[in-house]
Amino acid sequence: MAEVTLLTTRGLCRDFDGLRAVDDVDFTLETGEIHAIIGPNGAGKSTFVSLLSGRLRPTAGRVIFDGRDVTRLPAHARVRLGIAYTFQITNIYTSMSVAENIALAAQSRLSPGLFGRGGVGPRITEATQAAARAVGLTERLNARAGDLAYGHQRLLEIAMGLALSPRLLILDEPTQGLSDAEIAGVTEVVRQLASRATILLIEHNMDVVMALARRITVLDRGAILAQGTPEEIVADPAVQAAYLGDGA
Amino acid sequence: MDLAPYLLLALLEGMVQASVLMLTALGLSLVFGVMRVVNVAHGQFFMLGAVGAWLCAQAIPGPPAIGFAVALIAAPLAVGAIAWAADRAILRRIGYDPEGTIVSTIGLLYILQQSALIGFGPDARAVDPPFSHTLRTPWFGYSSYKLFIVAVAIALVAALWLILRRTRLGLIMRATQFDRETAQNFGIRVDRVYSAVFAVGAMLAAAGGVLVVPNQQAHYLMGTDPLLLSFVVVIVGGLGSLPGTIAAAVLIGLSDGLLSVFFSPTLAAIASTLLVALVLIFRPQGLFGRAAA
Amino acid sequence: MRSANPRLLLLCAAVVAALFALQFVLSEYLVLTATRILILAIFAMGYNMLMGYTGMLSLGHAMFFAAGVYAAGLSSYYWGLSLPLAFVLGVGASFAVSLVTGLLVLRTQAVAFMIVTLMFAQVTYLTTLQFSDITGGDQGLTLPTGARGFTLMGIAVDLTRDSHRYNLALALFTATLAGLFALTQGRRGRLFAAVRENAGRTEMLGFNTFRIRLVAFVVSGTLSGMSGALYALMFGYIGSAFAGFELSIEALLFTLVGGPGTLLGPLLGTGVMTLLIDRLSGVTSAYLIVVGALLIAVNQWAPAGLLGTLRDRRLPWLK
Repeated sequence: MAEVTLLTTRGLCRDFDGLRAVDDVDFTLETGEIHAIIGPNGAGKSTFVSLLSGRLRPTAGRVIFDGRDVTRLPAHARVRLGIAYTFQITNIYTSMSVAENIALAAQSRLSPGLFGRGGVGPRITEATQAAARAVGLTERLNARAGDLAYGHQRLLEIAMGLALSPRLLILDEPTQGLSDAEIAGVTEVVRQLASRATILLIEHNMDVVMALARRITVLDRGAILAQGTPEEIVADPAVQAAYLGDGA
Repeated sequence: MDLAPYLLLALLEGMVQASVLMLTALGLSLVFGVMRVVNVAHGQFFMLGAVGAWLCAQAIPGPPAIGFAVALIAAPLAVGAIAWAADRAILRRIGYDPEGTIVSTIGLLYILQQSALIGFGPDARAVDPPFSHTLRTPWFGYSSYKLFIVAVAIALVAALWLILRRTRLGLIMRATQFDRETAQNFGIRVDRVYSAVFAVGAMLAAAGGVLVVPNQQAHYLMGTDPLLLSFVVVIVGGLGSLPGTIAAAVLIGLSDGLLSVFFSPTLAAIASTLLVALVLIFRPQGLFGRAAA
Repeated sequence: MRSANPRLLLLCAAVVAALFALQFVLSEYLVLTATRILILAIFAMGYNMLMGYTGMLSLGHAMFFAAGVYAAGLSSYYWGLSLPLAFVLGVGASFAVSLVTGLLVLRTQAVAFMIVTLMFAQVTYLTTLQFSDITGGDQGLTLPTGARGFTLMGIAVDLTRDSHRYNLALALFTATLAGLFALTQGRRGRLFAAVRENAGRTEMLGFNTFRIRLVAFVVSGTLSGMSGALYALMFGYIGSAFAGFELSIEALLFTLVGGPGTLLGPLLGTGVMTLLIDRLSGVTSAYLIVVGALLIAVNQWAPAGLLGTLRDRRLPWLK
């Protein structure tokens, strides 16, 4: 199975002021899958994916992406390698237009340097429009991002991740705060994305997880509690006790 | 050559320097600690204190001690009132935005400094010390007034300490410093606390100015050096930490006194400024302070 | 290739043409003032690159101006370097100073950045005083009049003549304007704006934000130094005031008044403020009081400055 492994972690740990938020996690992500990470609040989900994206440095352990040790690479270099991250709390350029927001992401891939090559303008525009189309924001390309409704801002966030054409897209609670109709929309968008990128999804909404995930990892108190297909996870007594049981 | 007299002189001068610096820097540190803003006009409050002392000496006849005693109370009060007004008229209106406050207090710096130029004139003016008793050492005579500066500074800092630790006012200040939102929810009028803290900070600087003027003439440009030295002290002591600020003031004051005896003051200033800039870059929590949360 | 912002490009061209025409209308004295404004506008434009476009407020830009002043001035004074060479040396020195300073101070942000830049500038200022045997300190040095002309590529330039000075300043101003247009509009400009508005997000889009900041810092410092070198050589005087706090604040004030993050704002701000300060300093020695009041007023009521307010209300392309 080695050739289909996209990302692995070995003994990954992260401490905050002596508290262990992520505890000795060995994790494997396969190319092309939608993999969900679930767990109660404070289980270390966000910290864990921050270690993958490079927003945080691990206290110990290693992150290997596509056969390469990226543990010491800064976040921006990991993005260049193909690890994209969309924020849990909407994090966009509010004073810029929707098009500019997406174009910045496209530009990162097509013309990364300040003094990069010329003539890529049309390709950036094209990529911007494609990403907007994929999430259904074509109508709003010229709107100021800060003026968008919350649901549309979440979609813009995904479009920015998409415009990076990542190999791994980490979605940190993409449906948080959305209405049922909007959640259905986002679920559909993510399903479409899966043909182009491997997706790591942090999600609280179990319906979304069950609809999308091929495999699920359950984190509890910073450590992996269980891993498997949705059916296996639902049937797992330890998961039921620790999470589904007292959570619901 | 016998070093002992030089060292003793340097130590005495350093102590005087450290006391004044302690007052000025504590004012800056208090304002930063509670309000989280940097007051670039702080040195001008020091200058206004000195100018105020000169005005009192001119206006009040009789022995210099009376004018001085009046100045020690009146000048800080007047300066505090100016600071109070500046806080209400300027800082509050920009919501204490950190960068905006720096720009605005630079503006305030110019207004105060140039007002002094207009009202007080461009010349340096001396004030007689309240008493001119000289202490004898085996090598040189030393003005006892300078030691009086040290005593007053220590008394003022002790008073500030008691106010902060033992009174309701101090409790309110510390609560505001700790968590502005919660303080507000407990019914503390945060805006009043801010105005008061800004005024008290300015009064400390002004007291330093009053103390220094019989020793070193009053001049409208005299606010620059205390400002920079206070920055140095506050940064080395840990931003907003009062014990750290006191320790750093003593350290910097003494070493500045020592260095100035053996090196040119400019060279000493270059070295200390550069050192502190590097502290801010590589150890922003200061040398004594703990790591920021 | 299509221009990133054609309307602004057109406006810039019109401004340069108007500036060229100005010398035929203005009195000799005003041409001299206009020369000073153009040179100081380069300083403010450099400042604006960092403060307006990239969102980092420096309180120490006089150190870069001074690096240009002293490298150009001293090499001309002591070594008799020809003016073009001294100028290049001044620009090179400020490039080096801003690169080294940038690598250090860019580890800090916001308030700490302001204080650290202020302190580095203070160190520079004190250094010019400490070595007053060489620099002339506060009194300064006057460059010998023999070294006030040069011939470059067949063009003889005499820096004691007003028209020569004005056109030289205009040429360098125009070059700066063109360079900054290329850097701040369109795709590149978007990157600086992205760092200014949301550095964390920009990092997570795969951009090395430290490098973008460093480029802005070095461009900013080098332009400031170029302005300093030009000022020193053109008016034949160097002195410690060129490293002083007041000059750093002037760069800030010119930019704030004209409009941070607008290409032509610094020119407008420098023009308005220089004329105002010149007029006031004839009336009172305490003219800085007006500088202080304006800093407070602009910061409080019009933080976008003249052109910035116009941009926000009417002309979004004016950036």
